[in-house]
Amino acid sequence: MSNRAVKVDYLARVEGEGSLLVRMKDGSVSDVKFRIFEPPRFFEAFLRGRKYSEAPDITARICGICPIAYQMSSVHAMEYAFGVKVGGQLRELRRLLYCGEWIESHALHIYMLHAPDFLGYDDAIQLAVDHPDAVRRGLRLKKAGNDLVAVLAGREIHPINVRVGGFYKLPRRRDFDEILEKLKRARDEAYETVLWTATLPFPDFEYDYEFVALSHPDEYPFNEGKIVSNKGLTIDVREYELVFHERHVPYSNALQSTIKSPRPAEQQTSTTDGRGAYLTGPLARYNLNFEKLSPLAKKAAEEAKAKPPILNPFKSITVRAVEALYACDEAIRIIENYEPPAEAAVRYEVRPGFGFGCTEAPRGILYHRYLIGADGLIKDAKIVPPTAQNQRMIETDLRNFVTSNIQMSKQDLTLRCEQLVRNYDPCISCATHFLKLDISEETVT
Amino acid sequence: MPERRRTGKPKVAVFKFASCDGCQLSLLDAEEELLDVASAIDIAYFPEASRRMIRGPYDIGIVEGSITTPHDVERIRDIRKSSAALITIGACATAGGIQALRNWKDIKNYVHIVYASPEYVSTLDRSLPVGSFVHVDYELRGCPINKYQLIEVINAFLNKRKPNVYTHSVCVDCKLKGTTCVMVSRGEPCLGPVTQSGCGAICPSFNRGCYGCFGPMEFPNTAALAAQLKELGETKFDIQLAFRTFNAYADAFRKESEAHEQ
Repeated sequence: MSNRAVKVDYLARVEGEGSLLVRMKDGSVSDVKFRIFEPPRFFEAFLRGRKYSEAPDITARICGICPIAYQMSSVHAMEYAFGVKVGGQLRELRRLLYCGEWIESHALHIYMLHAPDFLGYDDAIQLAVDHPDAVRRGLRLKKAGNDLVAVLAGREIHPINVRVGGFYKLPRRRDFDEILEKLKRARDEAYETVLWTATLPFPDFEYDYEFVALSHPDEYPFNEGKIVSNKGLTIDVREYELVFHERHVPYSNALQSTIKSPRPAEQQTSTTDGRGAYLTGPLARYNLNFEKLSPLAKKAAEEAKAKPPILNPFKSITVRAVEALYACDEAIRIIENYEPPAEAAVRYEVRPGFGFGCTEAPRGILYHRYLIGADGLIKDAKIVPPTAQNQRMIETDLRNFVTSNIQMSKQDLTLRCEQLVRNYDPCISCATHFLKLDISEETVT
Repeated sequence: MPERRRTGKPKVAVFKFASCDGCQLSLLDAEEELLDVASAIDIAYFPEASRRMIRGPYDIGIVEGSITTPHDVERIRDIRKSSAALITIGACATAGGIQALRNWKDIKNYVHIVYASPEYVSTLDRSLPVGSFVHVDYELRGCPINKYQLIEVINAFLNKRKPNVYTHSVCVDCKLKGTTCVMVSRGEPCLGPVTQSGCGAICPSFNRGCYGCFGPMEFPNTAALAAQLKELGETKFDIQLAFRTFNAYADAFRKESEAHEQ
């Protein structure tokens, strides 16, 4: 067995088009590639010359799975540029909207994309044959999230009610009557989901990750906070590009995010300098912000024996379930305390300058930076989606897992490698406008 | 018809090109209908949902996304050959999508803005709808599509009947819903008069004008609407941008936006 390879030409159950390749030589891993062959769409380029006010609706089209994340990062960036703060009930409604996206996206991933791996099925349709109750529970949970987004913002995919400063139209209290009942049922089902995922068979695999997530003194992070890590990083969102660096790695033909040395020189030590790959997403948020979860979410985590630290990426399925439970809980809290504010959006004046926004997409931190001209047109845009940031960590996981499981059969190893990638819930469609691609190989159909 | 596997059910495949995945997600978003749909058809190829990838030929090929690379041109031709019926879904597949904004620009410049090493990027000058390359049996509009319309279209093809999808304007839906016209009552610019129905006229019911995500209706009078937008104080540039979004390269919208170029 001198030369072997694990090769998946078209990764299934991820959003977008990617492939993976792990080469082994003489009992060790010689090459790892997580490739993207999705065609580029050039969002940063065609945003130039568009109105600042169009950014939420245009950037939503980067991703049909997490459009709200794009809308939230873009409006926060614009508000930063214009020096306005959206607070009170409008801020709460934005959290509420994000709850809907987290519930929907996490339920999709847990039941339809991730669980089939643990139980040995090709997809959720097959899973439903033997586990109909679980899959139906997942679909109901997902629907509760989608319905919440539709009530608040018109439709679940590319919702239409988000604008710079707030919303186009405010919901009335009674608009939430029906969804509140659904969310209470969803909360019970999310609790069951936490316990159910904890019964899945987890491969034995851990890594000392650098977790990167937002952190806020008063709440589990959605829209605001500092960017922090478990290895000493604490920065404002506007400092993102000073610390995170996108570099061209020739062997993968991809721009990958890494952490540069942290900003203040006095903080640079051997453990916090030149760190490279990092992980963003549910596992990072959870390990860094567990104390901010609701009592019910913490209780479920305890019952599932899934309190942090969790260093096994396969267990991200349970972490997503705890986050979905938290999102149900948080949504119910916001709705029960909702008093419609006087205006649907705060007033602001357009002013030229840079705007920075970073929010917690279901898959991790999503960074937007814009330069706005005096005419209100976008002069420059930079968008860094979570999957672009996780790409290097995904390759590191593949290398480490294969290295310690090199004796595994090719079929099992292939399945495990796919599952390792799916642990990140990668959204390749998001990442693509940003990543390099190599279309010449790993072709499809 | 393609040979049916042991299930005897029609084989359906879902393919992706340049897109956000939202339209194919609509199928998974039909939470209450999904398991019923899946029991009536054999989902033979749908990588976003399943590892199982059964080779063609297929009874129905559903295509999301626009054609943007030389490789994609070859791929869509192969897909056409292996699909008895070909249905395109969403603004990308039916009109080139938001990424068709490149069609008015120098693509080399675009590649430079996004990518540090442009020599690696293989791309066509334009983002075009699937129908520019192969015959399409049905085009379902929307950015995103309406999931109930998708189920209706699949159902219609399986039963060899015409899909029941309206082609009238969003205005008709506003009247049916009893939504007060945002353009008449508040002077809000709105593409509703020229945009095809299907979304449920949601934007006007949320106090904003329609932004045309379902593309042009049948026989739209875009020039008359543009004149009205001008009356409301919109500049040539505003009007150009209004028609140049998610369905920018749909014929009627393309021509109207070009009429307002400065």
